[in-house]
Amino acid sequence: MKSVVEQKFLALNGDEAVAYAVKQCDVDVVAAYPITPQTIIVERFSEYVANGEVETAFICTESEHSALTACLAASLTGARAFTASASAGLALMHEMLFVASGCRAPVVMAIANRALSAPLNIHGDQSDTMAQRDSGWIQIYAENAQEVYDSVIQAFRIAEHPEVLLPTMVCLEGFQLSHSLENVNVLPDDVVKRFVGVRKFPKVLTHEGKFAPLRLDPDNPMTLGPAAFPNYYFEFKRQQEEAMNKALEVIRQVHDEYAEISGRRYGNGLLDPYYLDDAEIATVCLGSTAGTVKTVVDELRAEGVKAGLLRIRTFRPFPVEGIRKALENVKAVAVMDKSMSFGGHGGAVFHEVRHALYDSEKRPFVVDYIYGLGGRDINPMQIRAIYRDLQEVLQKGRVETPIRYVGLRE
Amino acid sequence: MDSEKWGFTVKDIVEKPDLFMSGHRACAGCAPAIVMRLIMKAVRGPTIVTTATGCMEIVSTLYPYTSWAVPWLHTAFENAAANASGIESAIKVLRKKGRIKGEHVDVIAIAGDGGTYDIGFQALSGAVERGHDFLFVLYDNEAYMNTGIQRSGGTPLGAATTTSPAGQVIPGKLEPKKPIADIMAAHEIPYVATASPYYWRDLITKARKGLEVEGPAFLHVFAPCPRGWRSDSAKSIELSRLAVETCIFPLWECIRGEYQLSAPSKVIAIEPQRKKPVKEYLAMQGRFRHLFTSKYENLIDEIQRITDQRWQNLLKKCGITS
Repeated sequence: MKSVVEQKFLALNGDEAVAYAVKQCDVDVVAAYPITPQTIIVERFSEYVANGEVETAFICTESEHSALTACLAASLTGARAFTASASAGLALMHEMLFVASGCRAPVVMAIANRALSAPLNIHGDQSDTMAQRDSGWIQIYAENAQEVYDSVIQAFRIAEHPEVLLPTMVCLEGFQLSHSLENVNVLPDDVVKRFVGVRKFPKVLTHEGKFAPLRLDPDNPMTLGPAAFPNYYFEFKRQQEEAMNKALEVIRQVHDEYAEISGRRYGNGLLDPYYLDDAEIATVCLGSTAGTVKTVVDELRAEGVKAGLLRIRTFRPFPVEGIRKALENVKAVAVMDKSMSFGGHGGAVFHEVRHALYDSEKRPFVVDYIYGLGGRDINPMQIRAIYRDLQEVLQKGRVETPIRYVGLRE
Repeated sequence: MDSEKWGFTVKDIVEKPDLFMSGHRACAGCAPAIVMRLIMKAVRGPTIVTTATGCMEIVSTLYPYTSWAVPWLHTAFENAAANASGIESAIKVLRKKGRIKGEHVDVIAIAGDGGTYDIGFQALSGAVERGHDFLFVLYDNEAYMNTGIQRSGGTPLGAATTTSPAGQVIPGKLEPKKPIADIMAAHEIPYVATASPYYWRDLITKARKGLEVEGPAFLHVFAPCPRGWRSDSAKSIELSRLAVETCIFPLWECIRGEYQLSAPSKVIAIEPQRKKPVKEYLAMQGRFRHLFTSKYENLIDEIQRITDQRWQNLLKKCGITS
């Protein structure tokens, strides 16, 4: 067991925590285009570049599409690459998200979650990343600036793991996390450098018939990103799914290894339960809302209510088994969605959680709560009401309204 | 730059291995495939190629086969120049950190007219503005040939395509070709040139110059497509010559803002009687067939007028007054 490293406290907002972590990870190429609320990430990082604090090629591209393209190409050339985006910028990258995962380029991207137009809104909800959930990227949602910092460092190890090789995004809600100042414990530079290490490449067979590291290398010519028609395409996609399955284990391992150094744990790295062991009613959420929910759970527990919380840290790959297990003894579950799936009968998290519980022997009641769109606040009173709803569901023995809206004028 | 020292002999070229290899699936008479082969003859050392989505990508890399003997990357349609930006930046920083060998690596981005004039233009303009050191090769077959002959910003006036068909009231494409090489020259990048596969030594020399300059270089290569132009497969190279001789596609270089005519076009500037009428060029292609009917024949005069005007403007830029 390694001992916990001595760390220093810095006052950082979520965006600055990302930039600080990227600075420590010996990143080779950063390509980005500014968009609120992500801008602070690239502003801070460009300061590190301007002051010679990092050995990184910093490319201010003319669009997000080109930013991700440049990162992807740099990554396939052998560089460690990072970018950041949000909302419309992420939507503009959409095409390239699939290309990055299809090319198995382990790019790391921070997303300062923001609502999508129209109407135009710069505030935090998760519509942008939920719209990318099938793009083949690993998605980690952080609860606070500390976890943002820790997750970015872990993300490079996860993405670059030779058996994973999948691009990874770390999501932090716009303004709630991106612009809120917090105390963040940061590891010494050399500790982070050792933890992330130098990027490793799996060896693959080249068309010259020899084994060489998977990258664009003039000594070992390789054709990357070719055309593959119906006779081969399917197999490529199946391999991506295998890598996602493998990532479940790798995320846990990397999280554990990091916890030994930093002393910080977020559940098992995939799921972060709070008072769930004996809970009768529980909420499921992602990101910063968990902090508010925990306050309410504490209050309810003090009142003798068996309330709990399950925070999903890794939405992709989706830890189905873990969720089923975590919620198997809970009688009623409230899923909280900070995005909508129009015409889809509930939000994305609701779909996935209820789906995971379908095979559960003791299938709990599941209710969807859509909240916080466009950055609308959610307060402890509203969360209390959600738990009250769950108690009512248990009393009545049925879910009368499966999809509900929190804090909405109707 | 002294153009005299850039000579390539036939022997040089024959002795050089093909880096774009046979076995690709291009159509008979495909000029773009010939252009690829010639461009790759200009390579001087370690090189990475990135290609936009398009004919040359599809015909050369259908998994599990490849025609590329150099490391090659395709990611999407609109971003060959952004790929090049990432590759070039990665190599620079990895060399500095000692993670890859210290040799210089040339980067070539290749795209068709769609991936250059239209959807790829933003990424191209951005990448050259940022000054990345790479050669961008546009193989211009004047339409979206890979998707079935739809018009692009590179399609010439009067050409019939499947999205600018020649009908009862509209005579094919109504707008002249976007002057892409001039637009790139206006970016004030170190090297811009036009080339034609008929003048193969000129083409290879220009590709090499584009690789050797530091910073972005843009090479606009004329590339007839028999399928899309409805022309005889055996006539692609002849069309490549006629385009130059009619001044529809003059050959020139622009080195840091200074325009100069290349030899095949210079000859015409000196002896204007050598300039052939555009009609000769148009008549060889089915995509202009409708222009040879009484209904639309005035368009041939219009094409001649635009060609003459652009040629005169070019002469002025090159400091030649006639």
